[in-house]
This record gives sequence, C-alpha cells and structure tokens, in this order.
Amino acid sequence: MKARVSGGAALMQGNEAVAAGALAAGLGFFANYPITPANEISRVLSRELPLRGGVFIQMEDEIASIAAVIGASLGGLKAATATSGPGFSLMQENIGYASATEIPCVIVDVQRGGPSTGMPTRPSQGDVMQARWGAHGDHPIIVLYPSSVSETYELTIRAFNLSERYRTPVILLMDEVVAHMRERVMLPLPEVEVVPRSKPKVPPEMYFPYEDGDNDVPPLASFGEGYRYNITGLFHDRLGFPTLRPDEINPWLKRLFGKIETNLEDIVWCEQELIEDAEVVLVAYGATARSARHAMKLARDRGEAVGMIKPLTLWPFPHIESIAERARRIIVVEMNRGQILGEVERLVHGKAEVLGVNRMDGEMVTPLEILHALEI
Amino acid sequence: MDAIDERKYLRLNRFPTIWCPGCGIGIVLGAIIRAVARLGLDKDEVAMVSGIGCSSRMVGYVDFNTIHATHGRALAFATGLKLARPEMRVIVVMGDGDALAIGGNHFIQAARRNIDLTAIVINNSIYGMTGGQYAPTTPRGATATTAPYGNLEPPFDIPALAASAGAPFVARSTVYHAIELDRFIERGLRKKGFSVIEVLSDCPVFYGALNEMGSAVDMLRWYRDNTISVREAGKGEGKLVRGVLVDRDLPEYTEGYQRLVESLRGKGEG
Ligand SMILES: Cc1ncc(C[n+]2csc(CCOP(=O)(O)OP(=O)(O)O)c2C)c(N)n1
Repeated sequence: MKARVSGGAALMQGNEAVAAGALAAGLGFFANYPITPANEISRVLSRELPLRGGVFIQMEDEIASIAAVIGASLGGLKAATATSGPGFSLMQENIGYASATEIPCVIVDVQRGGPSTGMPTRPSQGDVMQARWGAHGDHPIIVLYPSSVSETYELTIRAFNLSERYRTPVILLMDEVVAHMRERVMLPLPEVEVVPRSKPKVPPEMYFPYEDGDNDVPPLASFGEGYRYNITGLFHDRLGFPTLRPDEINPWLKRLFGKIETNLEDIVWCEQELIEDAEVVLVAYGATARSARHAMKLARDRGEAVGMIKPLTLWPFPHIESIAERARRIIVVEMNRGQILGEVERLVHGKAEVLGVNRMDGEMVTPLEILHALEI
Repeated sequence: MDAIDERKYLRLNRFPTIWCPGCGIGIVLGAIIRAVARLGLDKDEVAMVSGIGCSSRMVGYVDFNTIHATHGRALAFATGLKLARPEMRVIVVMGDGDALAIGGNHFIQAARRNIDLTAIVINNSIYGMTGGQYAPTTPRGATATTAPYGNLEPPFDIPALAASAGAPFVARSTVYHAIELDRFIERGLRKKGFSVIEVLSDCPVFYGALNEMGSAVDMLRWYRDNTISVREAGKGEGKLVRGVLVDRDLPEYTEGYQRLVESLRGKGEG
C-alpha cells in the first residue's frame, strides 16, 4: 500500500496524510519508536525520507526520539516525531525543553484509549490536557487537531509552519478514527505556504538567540554555521546562558508567552457553522466533530436551531465566549471525561448552560447520542 | 606544538566555573580543549552536548556550539545533531549517573549503533550535583548520602559495558594522568565511530568526604596508586586498568546512512 505524495487526487489514510504533509512542509528528519496506532507514519517516512536525502531513524524509545528531533532541529533540519499516549507521556520532559529553549519541532500524538497501555487500537481524545500541560511548569504550546484526512494533511503542514514561525514545539493531536480512515485528498493543495526557518542576518558577535527586542521571535542559527551559542533548559539570558536574575528572566518569560498570545489571530483556527441563529451550539473536534456535524444536520431537519463550533487549533483554545450571548445551551462532545468541557465552562462563565456528551470506552460518540442530549 | 592557548577555546566571560575547589572536572575540560587544538579543529565545526550534572555544566564554558540537554539524554540529542550535521565533530560530556543510570539505555544503543560521537564519561563515583547519592558507579561498600550503611550494589565496569555493546574505541584514564588523558581524548576524537573515554575524576566534597579519602590531592594520589596501565596489567592485583582498551574498525552509522541515500539517488518519486 502506497500513499501518493504528490499530484492530483489521492485516496489516503490519516496517518499517511501526516507523512505526506510533513514531506510537503520540508521535513528533513524523523525519529520515532514504534507504537499503535501511529505506525503507518513511520512506515511511509522510512521509505520516503532516504529517497529525498532526509534522515529517518528509529530510536531506542520515545525520550530518545524527541531528543534526537531537537538535536536535528538545532542542526537546521525540520524535524518531527510521532507516537501515541504511552510514548507521548515519555516525551513530556523534552517537549518542555523545546518550549523553553524555543526549538521548532512537530510532535504527532495519535491518541489511544488511556491511561496506561489502555486500548491501543481504539479511539480516544484523552490526551487533550496532556498535550496542553504534560510538561512541567508553565509553558507555551500550540496544539492542532484535524477531523478529516484532508485536514490532517493541511494541519500537518501548518504545524511545521507555526513551529518555525514561532520557534516552538507544535503538537498535532489526532484520534485513531481519523488516523486510520481513508478519504480523498487533493494534492498538492492550492497555494500551500511553506515557512522556512528564519536565520540571523547579523554577524555572529551581534547574535542573541533569545533577544528580547521588538521582534518576538528571534531567528535561530543552525549549529555549524558560524554562530556559536549555548542552549540550556535552565532559565537563560538573551545569549542562552543560565541565569537566576529576575530582571533577565521576566523579559524572557514575557516574550516567550507573548509570541503566542499576541499572535492568536494567526495561530488560532476555528470553524463555525450555522451559529448565527443557534439556540444550541455543539463544540467538537477531531472525529467527534464528524458526529456532531451529522447530529446538527439531523436537528436542523427537525427544525431545531442547532449550530456548531470546531476548533482546529485546540490550544490556545479559541475565544468562543461570544456564542454564549446568543446560545442558550452549549454541548461539548468528546471522547474523554470532559477535558475541553471545563475550558468552555471557564470561558462561558455561566452565561449559558454547558453540557458534555462523553465516551471513553473506545467507541465513537454517535450522532444519535448527541441528538439525545439535545432533547434533554 | 605544545604552546596551546586554551583560552582561545573558552568563554572566559562565563568564568569562574560552578565547580568546587579541587574538583577534577576542570582537568577534563583542559584535556578536551588540548585534544581539539591538536586536531586543528575549527571552533565552528565542534559541538559539545551534555546532560545535567556538575560534569555537564562544562558546555557553558567552551566556545563551541553547545547544548546543555536534559538529564541522561545527551547522547540522543547528539545523535539527532550528528545526523543533521555529519560534518561536525560532536563531543558528548556526561557524568557517570547521567551516562549510565538515567542515560544507560542511550549509552549502549549509541555504542551498538556506532554513531560517530566522542563520549566522555566523567566518573566521580557519585551523583555530584544532587548531593552525593550513590550511583551505578559507586563501589560496593562505599558510603553515599543515600547509602549511609554502605552501598549494597556493585558498580558498572564502563569500558567493558561499552565494548560489549559494540563501541569501536574505549579508553580509561584519570584526572591524575593528565598527559595520558590528553592523548586518549585526542585518539577518541580521531576515531570514526562511537568512542568512549571514561575519566576517573575526584569529587572531594561528596565522594571524598563521605569516604574519608582526604583532600583533592590525596584523591589524585589514590588514582596514581590504585590504577595501572594496561601495558603493565597483571602486575597490579586489584588495581583498575587504564589505557586504550578497545580500538577496532567497525561500520559507522552516519557513513552507512550516507551510502544508503546515495544508493537510492534517482530512485525516488521526487
Ligand atoms: C529527570 C531528572 N531526574 C533527576 C534530576 C536531578 N539530577 C540532576 S544532576 C543528577 C545526577 C548528577 O550525577 P552525575 O550524572 O553522576 O553527574 P555529576 O553531577 O556527578 O557530574 C540528578 C539525579 C534531573 N535533573 N532530571
């Protein structure tokens, strides 16, 4: 089985679309450790990368995989890894490292039922909060979440672009349904933008890898190109050396979070459908957004004013609070115990009733279950 | 030849170091710099990668491309960097806990893979940075903060571990044998493949103090009196053997990968 990776319409699986999107975005290095349900990604990339002069390596575990990805990114390659829950847990320390050291990289987590080994072959959306807060300490992160194969291709490219533009790890969170589903994808997408890494234009002695000037995102020199600098996971000054001085730490923290928080318009992508007159709004992402959309249509056929919101950027979570001014009720549909439900409640702040439709038994939430919730 | 100006390779504005008076790590730093100088390497083509610990703080003081990574993961970071930049010389500096406890799997896998990295394990027989807890290199019976009644576990034999995992170059020296150490590191750097140099190094503040080994100078004398060159091995019962213990030619990973890519050229879908 071969994923078409260029030209025309292709029938491909979500995981194959990750591989194809990564290659289209300029992937140069991929390291991983085998795990279901993410395996098709490495199967395609182990074949395709060497053909293009890129590097594929299977590391000894997921900690080594993300570590090698960070090392390769510092060497100047666009780098990524892919895993599922247990491996994603192992990666967290180094994801925090990449966030704090501002090294671009993409981490794909094809979720499985959890906790623990869980249900390796069944869908889940249980890593939503781990993707946001898995690494210790406050840190910025971007998490994207596709609900179709075509979106998977597009969001994979977007993940690389955002990681380069904002010098940050980006997590592509997927569920097993979309990862293993086959759908038509048009390749190449019209006008795919590929963001190259921004390199310093100043001479080495004037280069500050963590500059806190006007530019929120300082350029990142590649190792071996004459800019000898230091990278550390310790809090660091603008040269990249350890510091404990609040007058150096505070400007850095401000820039670290600011580069994401002041660019939400560019980063956050959220689709809304039929919400203008909606009394009830469904909030769903990934595979559950497909069920939600179906339920919305059935409800509209019955004459009910139902709309929906689908965040494709899950973190930072879109500012959806304005819908509470019109809608009476918001229903958050998830294959977990309500990880986004809490976020919606926080935003809506009592202005509308917020309910959840949740499953965590490895079965999809069906449109009927959502319709049932509409009747309450 | 001998007039090497070490300062050329240092970030002097980062000094003084965080290391305690009498600590052996500075001697290893000097040896690495002299080896790089003798090879005539350009600072831009050298990377130094470390984990977390006293030894790993070395990267902050050298004027190379430097990564202070996470605890135990230096070799995995270095593997990615080396594959992205095969032309660079990548030196990996680790403490014994960093390399062999939390990083033990990466250590044997890097040796098995035989990727061209120079791994320098600074073995002070203890976890220095966290306050003298026992490590997988602490001798049986020795005292540590967390082995108040004596350590029950035997230590790793680092060269034997590296050799059996597949490393093509393995050496051991000490911070007392400074001239020998310079030579071994230089040979390790010249070797194409995964080279391991274990350096026995004194931690007078924790290991020395907890085990009544006296001053830093007494500890250096201990290395002089309790180790023996591999050339004289057999003459010194119970002494630790120093020397180049393995030097063999084995297929190296980045070269193998490059050959694979070349053999596929023209076969891709593009
Ligand atoms: C994941 C993780 N666990 C524990 C630590 C705490 N820690 C920091 S350094 C260190 C051990 C240092 O010992 P060693 O590697 O032998 O180096 P030395 O300080 O003796 O040079 C430990 C356990 C950490 N930084 N990260």
